[in-house]
Amino acid sequence: MVHLTAEEKSLVSSMWGKVNVDEVGGEALGRLLIVYPWTQRFFDSFGNLSTPDAVMSNAKVKAHGKKVLNSFSNGLKNLDNLKGTFAKLSELHCDKLHVDPENFKLLGNVLVCVLARHFGREFTPLAQAAYQKVVAGVANALAHKYH
Amino acid sequence: MSLTKAERTIILSMWGKISTQADAIGTEALERLFASFPQTKTYFPHFELRAGSAHLRAHGAKVVAALGDAVRSLDDVAGALSRLSELHAYILRVDPVNFKLLSHCLLVTLASHFPADLTADAHVAWDKFLSLVSCVLTEKYR
Repeated sequence: MVHLTAEEKSLVSSMWGKVNVDEVGGEALGRLLIVYPWTQRFFDSFGNLSTPDAVMSNAKVKAHGKKVLNSFSNGLKNLDNLKGTFAKLSELHCDKLHVDPENFKLLGNVLVCVLARHFGREFTPLAQAAYQKVVAGVANALAHKYH
Repeated sequence: MSLTKAERTIILSMWGKISTQADAIGTEALERLFASFPQTKTYFPHFELRAGSAHLRAHGAKVVAALGDAVRSLDDVAGALSRLSELHAYILRVDPVNFKLLSHCLLVTLASHFPADLTADAHVAWDKFLSLVSCVLTEKYR
């Protein structure tokens, strides 16, 4: 369970309202694949991921990033029940996709870096702390059904 | 994992900008660390850790100064940080997991201060450099 204070909830949702979820999704996933290239192991079918430019302009990366972040967005509306919200996705990532949950933490932290770039000084230590709680909660929820 | 020539160039050129705000960046990274990962405060029971405190500013400055030493000796980071490495191994004994947390907070600080400079290539370079520094600081632990 994530425990956000009222102030943190308000920070998270007001900032998220200003985020272009589709774009940020592509950027976050792209950066994950570039900064931690071993994560590319899950995306053999995506085509050319050989350079940062190739990754960032890859249509499949953008599409998948969009999907992932829209799902995350959904989680933000259900902070009181992340485990329930992501139960099915958790099973999928374990049983079908075979993704090490460590990758959820990596993506969460890359997302925090992307938000910091987008918001600049507005991404205060308090805002970061709130988002760190959220990404940790989502990562835990996605790992919850692993067996 | 070692830094390529291109990555070293990126680090050196960004360091120019960073060094003009070095103390503020160090302080902010620590503020972010303590806000996001409160368990890290357990290493500083002797500090006043509120935002803007003299302790925070002094320690933030120290941290960035050490990074500066590493940047100026990218060919021999282990040599440049040898004394600090011993300090962390024998006296401070900070659990290794915390270096990742501080590295992340330093990266977030850089991203928020220099968004245009933190391209994907720069992101890789800095992540690698901070990993390297973390490795050096924990290499004498056992």
